[in-house]
Amino acid sequence: MFADWPILSLLIWLPILGGFLVLAAGRDAPHVARRLGLAVAVATFVVSLPLWFVFERGTADMQFQELASWIPAFNVNYHLGVDGISMPLILLTTLITVVVVVAAWESVKDRIAYYLAAMLVMEGLMIGMFASMDAVLFYVFFEAMLIPMFLVIGIWGGPRRVYATLKFFLYTFLGSVFMLVALVWMYIQSGSFLIQDFHALQIGLTAQILIFLAFFMAFAVKIPMFPVHTWLPDAHVEAPTGGSVILAAIMLKIGGYGFLRFSLPITPDASAVLDTMMIVLSLIAIVYIGLVALIQSDMKKLIAYSSIAHMGFVTLGFFLAFYIYSNTGDWEGASLGIAGGMVQMISHGFISAAMFLAVGVLYDRLHSRQIADYGGVVNTMPWFAAFFVLFAMANTGLPGTSGFVGEFMVILAAFKADFWIAFLAATTLILAAGYTLWMVKRVIFGAVANENVAGLSDMNRREFFLMGVLAFFTLLLGVWPAPLLDVMNATIDHLVAHIAQSKL
Amino acid sequence: MNFEIPNFLPAVPEMFVLGMACLILVIDAFLPDSRRDVTYGLVQATLVAAAGLTLWLMGPETVLTFSDTFVKDPMADILKLAVYVTSFLVFLYARPYLMERGIHKGEFYILGLFAVLGMMIMISGHNLLTLYLGLELLSLSSYALVAFWRDNSRATEAAMKYFVLGALASGLLLYGMSMIYGMTGSLDIAVIAAELVAADEGMNVPLVFGLVFLVVAIAFKLGAVPFHMWVPDVYDGAPTAVTLFIATAPKIAAFAFLMRLLVEGMGPLHADWQGMLIILAVLSLAVGNVIAIAQTSIKRMLAYSTIAHIGFLFMGILAGTDSGYASAMFYVIVYAITAAGGFGMIVFLSRKGFEADQIDDFKGLAKRNPWFAFIMLLLLFSMAGVPPTVGFYAKLAVIQAAVGAELVWLAIVAVVFSIIGAFYYLRVVKMMFFDDPQEGAEEPVQPSGALAAALSINGLAVLLLGIFPGLLLSLTHYAIIG
Repeated sequence: MFADWPILSLLIWLPILGGFLVLAAGRDAPHVARRLGLAVAVATFVVSLPLWFVFERGTADMQFQELASWIPAFNVNYHLGVDGISMPLILLTTLITVVVVVAAWESVKDRIAYYLAAMLVMEGLMIGMFASMDAVLFYVFFEAMLIPMFLVIGIWGGPRRVYATLKFFLYTFLGSVFMLVALVWMYIQSGSFLIQDFHALQIGLTAQILIFLAFFMAFAVKIPMFPVHTWLPDAHVEAPTGGSVILAAIMLKIGGYGFLRFSLPITPDASAVLDTMMIVLSLIAIVYIGLVALIQSDMKKLIAYSSIAHMGFVTLGFFLAFYIYSNTGDWEGASLGIAGGMVQMISHGFISAAMFLAVGVLYDRLHSRQIADYGGVVNTMPWFAAFFVLFAMANTGLPGTSGFVGEFMVILAAFKADFWIAFLAATTLILAAGYTLWMVKRVIFGAVANENVAGLSDMNRREFFLMGVLAFFTLLLGVWPAPLLDVMNATIDHLVAHIAQSKL
Repeated sequence: MNFEIPNFLPAVPEMFVLGMACLILVIDAFLPDSRRDVTYGLVQATLVAAAGLTLWLMGPETVLTFSDTFVKDPMADILKLAVYVTSFLVFLYARPYLMERGIHKGEFYILGLFAVLGMMIMISGHNLLTLYLGLELLSLSSYALVAFWRDNSRATEAAMKYFVLGALASGLLLYGMSMIYGMTGSLDIAVIAAELVAADEGMNVPLVFGLVFLVVAIAFKLGAVPFHMWVPDVYDGAPTAVTLFIATAPKIAAFAFLMRLLVEGMGPLHADWQGMLIILAVLSLAVGNVIAIAQTSIKRMLAYSTIAHIGFLFMGILAGTDSGYASAMFYVIVYAITAAGGFGMIVFLSRKGFEADQIDDFKGLAKRNPWFAFIMLLLLFSMAGVPPTVGFYAKLAVIQAAVGAELVWLAIVAVVFSIIGAFYYLRVVKMMFFDDPQEGAEEPVQPSGALAAALSINGLAVLLLGIFPGLLLSLTHYAIIG
């Protein structure tokens, strides 16, 4: 019965219009803004649930499609639809937004109506981007979300927020304009902006490589991959807690999603030619950035670097496909790698959100993110310590948590490609344990470091609820990933079958 | 001798505006200074009525009249409507500025109306002479407008520069036209085009020689690099109300002028002028965007931003395809609307005895008036070409035209410079939203009723046209392609 409803449009416009409503109604009344914001976020989450339950497994077709003419002069349509790759990411977005709105309850004091409005508008834009089947529509959402994020970091951020937010905007803008030229070029070739028509387009190798590089600029910056990752630690450190959560949990996934939606299917031959570069860059992200994370003294920066390392697994899983094929001659391992990357993206959405929230909990109390300012927090905040240790374990990829599933699948796929790739990828298990657990040791355990820590009060009900929700999903996905894999399987198999066909 | 009465109907809006301009001139002479609003009201009413007439006469067919010196086609209709709308907005924004400075004189509106008439003739000219007359009517009115605040030495200096360089450009234009006339034996646009098609190789050198002068003159008038030096000085020196005027509607007319001369007249020489426009486009993009970063005056910054936008405009035209012309037309209309709002914001922040012409004056605007900070944010992001504002579709359209003409490299150059451009727009956003207001300017600001409404509509139009760009894009496609 839900299949005919315009659920996707509702998911896009409900939070955007709701955001403006929050702004209009709650400008001078923070209480109204909070309640209204929460109502909109929860309503959006509820509306997104039918996607999961009605979604038809076992087909790679686009579902919940909506089509309306938008810019007839360019043959651009308002064309929405989801498949097994985008649907879980939309659900992740609606869930994380609820978390972010609740997290802002007391910790954002300045102009909360504007903050919540920006978050809700951003939610709508991100959902729109995941649901777009038209390249121009995709690009519009992709770029438009820079504006609210720019303001969120710039207004509510830390001391160096202006530098960080300008860097964030210009980096991502730089990446995406080349993609725009590539999209226009393909439109000239195919006469349509429909992404699926781009998939079917036959393109020569030189053009494919150029297009691949244009997409690479756009998505590598977003993920971010080494060496264009430097905006992320700055943006994360300066962003308010909610901004960090949105950035880490959802925005980084846009890059991964873009690789699956654009790079691999549109330019499979270029991907095959350039996969060594992608794998090397992914391994650098995993190993080198992991080492960088070890020496951080700022908790947020540490988690930011850990995010880059974990996203390295995503790109590694995606681009192993051609390596595995040339080694083993079959495409099954390729599906494993891509599915592993997808699971890693969803799992990282929960874990990184939880880690940033945990830092936010501490920051709200002591206004410091420095590891050195803490120590022995377990003595005063036992509940918090329990959650923190759980998420730290998940971050290191402990079996039973969601962090394990994705990493295990990617490492398994890597073994089919090359022992040394797998070996280097697996070092993350050691490095992640190193930087995460060392942080836990210094922050949580030991004797109470100073009187500030001695005066800490444990989490209140609101914070407990947030941590509980994220812990639930981290564990659920860790012990029972099958439903998620079930949703994605058909789409990933279809994708692999598609990239197995050379376009030359 | 066979004497025929010409068909007056296509030129009724022009005749109406001329008649009204003369009438208002007389009425204004008898008004006391306290009742200048009558002049203002009459001029605005004239624009509205002219829009009504144009809409009434609108039709898909191309009509030539006055011995083929005047043309009315869909492009002319739509560009004229755009001129009315932007001029209407400009006069509305200008009024409070002029009143606060005690220069609320009838001349401003009457000269403005004559300039509008000049633009209309440029848009509808189908003969080298008509085009030239329209251009001169616009230019002379503009020189006088820049100079009309007599007591202000900067404005007078700007007017002097504007006049000398403008006269030089007009001279170049006439020289080029005379070369073309010498080679083709006609001043009629259609005849010139036909002669060029029939011309043999030998004619090319003098023709291209004439073409160079035409292109240089057009580049002067539009302010393309390397003929741009007057733009920042005049924009900066002129009273903001006048800058507002010369930065917006005349660009629409200049686009029409370019279309009539280069595309309709010199179309067969496309290969020759394409190369020239590429050079102008790349230089304008580079110089405009890079030098804008170094500006501390917002008027100068917007002047350099205009230069960069002209580079984008050329990109659409030099593609040489119908969709390219349509995209350039879309670009220029979007530019005019956005620029009107941008300069309107400067008027809004200015007070008696205080010109808000420094970028720093925008500091902390979000705290002083969040709504108008949001409006300015929309305008700036539109200029930078960030969706969902309409500026993005303008850039998309011209990039598509360039890529369609197999000039991918040019598209890449353009987007690279637009990233550089994004920086200085973002810097203004940063000052509005992230910085605290300057000392002595912390109190909230609120524009007067009409200005507030117009600025809000202007800003929201930039957003709404961005969410629903289909209509305006279809209109420009209809205007060019039919």
